[in-house]
Parts: sequence; C-alpha cells; structure tokens
Amino acid sequence: MATAVTTRQQQQRAAELNVIARKQRSLWKDALTRLLRNKAAIAGMIVILFVAFVAIFAEIRLDAIGLHFRLAPYDPVADQNTPKALMEPIWTQAFGSKYTDPVMGSDQLGRDILSRLMFGSRISLIVGFVPVAIVFVIGGTVGMLAGYLGGWVDNSLMRFTDIIYAFPDLLFVIIIVATLRGTAFGDILGGLLLIFVGIAIVGWVGLARLVRGQVLSLKHREFIEAARCIGATPTRIMLKHLFPNVLAPVIVSVAFAIPGAMLTEATLSFLGVGIRPPTPTWGAMINEGFVVFSSTPWPVLLPALCISIVLLAFTFVGDGLRDALDPRMKL
Amino acid sequence: MFFVALITFSLAHLAPGSPFDKNPNRPLPEETIARLERYFGVDKPIPEQFVIYVGNLLRGDLGNSFVQRGRPVSEIIGQGIGVTAQLGIQALLLALAFSIPLGIISALKQNTPLDYFSLLIATIGTTIPGFVTAIFLIYIFGVSFHLLPFVGWGSWQHSIMPTFVLALGPGAFLTRITRASMLEAIRQDYVRTARSKGLREQSVIVGHALKNALIPVATIIGPATAGLITGSFIIESLFNVPGIGRFYVLSINGRDYPMIMSTTLLYAFIIMIANLTVDIVYGALDPRIKVS
Repeated sequence: MATAVTTRQQQQRAAELNVIARKQRSLWKDALTRLLRNKAAIAGMIVILFVAFVAIFAEIRLDAIGLHFRLAPYDPVADQNTPKALMEPIWTQAFGSKYTDPVMGSDQLGRDILSRLMFGSRISLIVGFVPVAIVFVIGGTVGMLAGYLGGWVDNSLMRFTDIIYAFPDLLFVIIIVATLRGTAFGDILGGLLLIFVGIAIVGWVGLARLVRGQVLSLKHREFIEAARCIGATPTRIMLKHLFPNVLAPVIVSVAFAIPGAMLTEATLSFLGVGIRPPTPTWGAMINEGFVVFSSTPWPVLLPALCISIVLLAFTFVGDGLRDALDPRMKL
Repeated sequence: MFFVALITFSLAHLAPGSPFDKNPNRPLPEETIARLERYFGVDKPIPEQFVIYVGNLLRGDLGNSFVQRGRPVSEIIGQGIGVTAQLGIQALLLALAFSIPLGIISALKQNTPLDYFSLLIATIGTTIPGFVTAIFLIYIFGVSFHLLPFVGWGSWQHSIMPTFVLALGPGAFLTRITRASMLEAIRQDYVRTARSKGLREQSVIVGHALKNALIPVATIIGPATAGLITGSFIIESLFNVPGIGRFYVLSINGRDYPMIMSTTLLYAFIIMIANLTVDIVYGALDPRIKVS
C-alpha cells in the first residue's frame, strides 16, 4: 500500500514537472494570452482599429503619384457643402424625405457632420498618441536617471514635481494653452503643437515619479548587484536590466494616459482654447453646436457619442493590460 | 504657493496682446490705453508688477478686474464663491452618498452581476468627461422631456443636473477605491477573528471591516476635491451657473490678469487645504501613521 501511494505521488510529481517544463512561457506571452481572453479589451481594440482606419482613410492625398482618395463624403472645412445648414440626420426625417444625402445632417454652417466626425477622429488619435510618446521618452528617461543616479537629478525632479502637483492638471494645461495661444508658437499646426506641449509638460512628471519609484525598489536587488559586479556600465544596467523590469507598469500608465490626453484636448476645444477653427475636432464640434443645442441636438450629440465610445474603448484596453500585466492578479 | 503665483503670473504676462485691445475694428486712442495701463499698473516692468502684486496680496488686496470695469476681484469672487461652494459641497456629499454603499455592496458580492454593474458604472463615470455626460442629460431631461431647467441658477431644480454631473467623476473614483479597500479588509485576520468569535455578519462588516476599509477612502477626498474644482469650471460654463468657475473661463479668454491670478491661487489654496486636512484626518483615523 505504502509503495503504491509513493508511486502515485511520484507519477503525479513527474507529470507536474513535465507540465511545468512544457508550459514555460515568458511574462509577455503570458500577458498577451490573458489580454486576448479579456472580452472588453478585445472589443476596445476593435473599436480603436476601426477609428484608426477611418482616421487614416478619411483622406489620402499623394500628389506625387496623383493619388487622391477620400472616404469622407465631403470636405470637412469648406462651408456650405450640403444643401442647407442645420439639416437633420436621416434617421429623424420622415420616410421618403427628399434629402438623404448628408447621412448625419449638417451643422449651422452647412458642413457635413459625418465628414467632420471622420476628420475629427484624426485629431483625437494624434492628440492621444503624440504627447504620450513625448511623455514616455522624457518621463522615462528622467525617472530612470533620477532613480538610479540619485543626487541632484533626483532632488530637482522631486522639487519640480511638488510644484506641478500643486496645480490641478487640467487647470495647468488650460493656463499654458490659453496664455500662449496668441504667440507664433501657438499658431504652429493650428495650435496642435501647443496642445501637445501643454499635455506633455503636465504629464511627464507623473510617469517620471512612477519610473523613479520602480527603479528605487529594483536597484538594490541581487540581479542589479550581480550586473554591477561583472562590470556592466550604468547605461547598460539601465537599458538592459532596469528598463525591461519597469516596462510593465509603465505600459499600463501609458495606456491610461492616452484617453487622458484625448479627454484634455476635447475639454480644451470645448472651452474654446483648443485647436483653432475651422479644423474639425470632436470637442470643438460640441462647442460650436451648443448654441443651437435645444433646437437641433444632433450636431452636439454625435461628437459626444464618438468621444464617449473612443474613451471607453481605450479605457477597456487599459484595464485589460493592467489585469494582464499585474502578476498579483494571476490567481 | 509662491511658485504657483510666480508661474501663473509669468505665463499670464508672457502672453501677447494687452487686455485693452479687445476690439480690432475700433481701437482705443493711444493715450486712453496709456492711461488705462497706468491706472491698472501694467505699464511697469513685469518683475516690479509681480512684487507689487504679492505685496498687495499679503495685505489682502486682490486687485481690480480689468475687464469688469475695475470691480475689485474680491467682490467678484465673493459673489461667485457661494454658488460654487454650494455646488461643490452638494456634489461631494452626493458622491459620498452613492459611492460608498455601492463600493461596499460590490465588494461583498464580488464577481456577481451586481458587482459587474457597479464596476461598469464606475468605469463610465471615470472615463466619460463631465461635459459629455452633461450633454446627454440635458438632451434627455431638459430638451426632450422638459423635466429640468438647464440654464442658469436659482431654484433647487437648477442645481440637480450640475450637482449630479459634478458628482459623477469623483463618485465613480470613490466607488472603485471603496470596493478595492473593502475587498482587502474582508480578507484580513481581524475579520476572520471577529467572525470566528460568533459576531453577527452585520457587525463584522460594519464594525470591523468597514471601519478599516474607509481609511484609504478618506485620503482620496483630497484628490476628489481637486477633481470637483477642475470639473466645476466646465460644468458651470455649460449650465451657465454664475460661480467662480465660469468667471475663470471668461477671464482666461478676456486676459483679465488679476482674475486669472486670484482664481488660480484660490484653487491651489483650496486643494492645499484639502490635502492638509486629509493628512491630519488620516493620522487621527489610523494611529499607525504619525503626522510629522
């Protein structure tokens, strides 16, 4: 009896070992599997891909090879391109109405809302990704240096963050953007560059603090000591050993920073201090249409819906990434 | 505080254009502009203006508004602060009133449809900006069914929608925090001890788990106040509520330096006070943490 039990235990153990040996996967593959199992995250990714598709193909103009393709039915900026101003979308019109052309109606200047929404998605996506990329590079570098080197780099970073933290984020961006709008700098790309800078200035500090904290907790671990003992240079340690280890929380924070930046742009445009008209952005469409909201709600409701759906999509992906990358959730 | 003042001041003054060139078609005569600039003290060099401003500030003088014909800023703020404070406090109370029960329930019924529902509400509340939610609410309750007024301020009906929209963001955030800290609390040893000594489930939850779970929630009230403040100037502009937030947005567009300065400082001050209060209360709630 005793031997039988032992044998069974051994068999079990062997099976377990075998399983462990076969199912060896990296953290990233593991995370990817978990992310793909998350239905909300998948739905979010599909929405984002769809919006990216619309944004790219809203208009493609390559004059060099004479290519001009526009998915949007109208020019989003030229005024009076639909039969008349403030047309209702087709779903509120009586069946068999003579106007079926502007599918989603037109705004008070007679511009096609569908086209403006499609071009607006470009601004939203650009504002989502570009400032966050700046934040990733600057915040990551400063946080890494401050955490690993310490000293005056660390001290000045911490003082600077204290000052930035005294402002509510949005208040700070509004002040920067509102005051610098009239300058030549504020004119570049119709005010887009100023918004990038505004969001990045406020945003990099949070990421730098995150990276710094992670590096501080990692830098006295054995694998870093070991790397230092075999004579790895600080640059090598930071890039090859610390960077991959802080990447997971950084990715999660970046994933949430993207909808944050889009929200900031929408809010700025809504308050009238964002990108200059007539460039279509969802926030600006809400701002412009709000005057006639009580009589003609669709020019406001449609961009509001677009903002909600896209922000939710990014948040779902962010949630999915967090759950996939956070080892504590493994249970 | 000093740095906040310095940064706001330099940014506001770096901006091109004077507050007096409002009408490009009918420019004011040059001597009028010079007189106006002398009257408001903006003809002096910028560092000197800053010293004068800080000096006045310390004596409690916030300066006069440029745009509203030299009305003292303190008077404008005094007029708006009652409205803003009422809106803010209502929103904070509403947020606490729905978020804490919701967070507790969803922690106790983890992974049930009820939990998913409240998580969904919390995600929507934190993700979708207040002005977008406000637009949907105005459309449903104001435009379609004419149930609630959505412009102006006065009766209690006017404050329903702004309060609700303002409460939604911080409330959703608080729900998540309450849920997370409650989930952690009910797995602690002291809860198991309380249960094993035969206490009723109700007193285990309220007396043992909840008491500890609310400590992290208390610390979030500081950032939540900041959220309420930044939310307030958008919501006030949207619903045309005559509070400080709306004046703030107007003053940014009108380049009204004293108004921008004072309001920003006031906001930073409120947030600092809120954070300080939270630090002190935190120390009192949790004796493990000492206020240094």
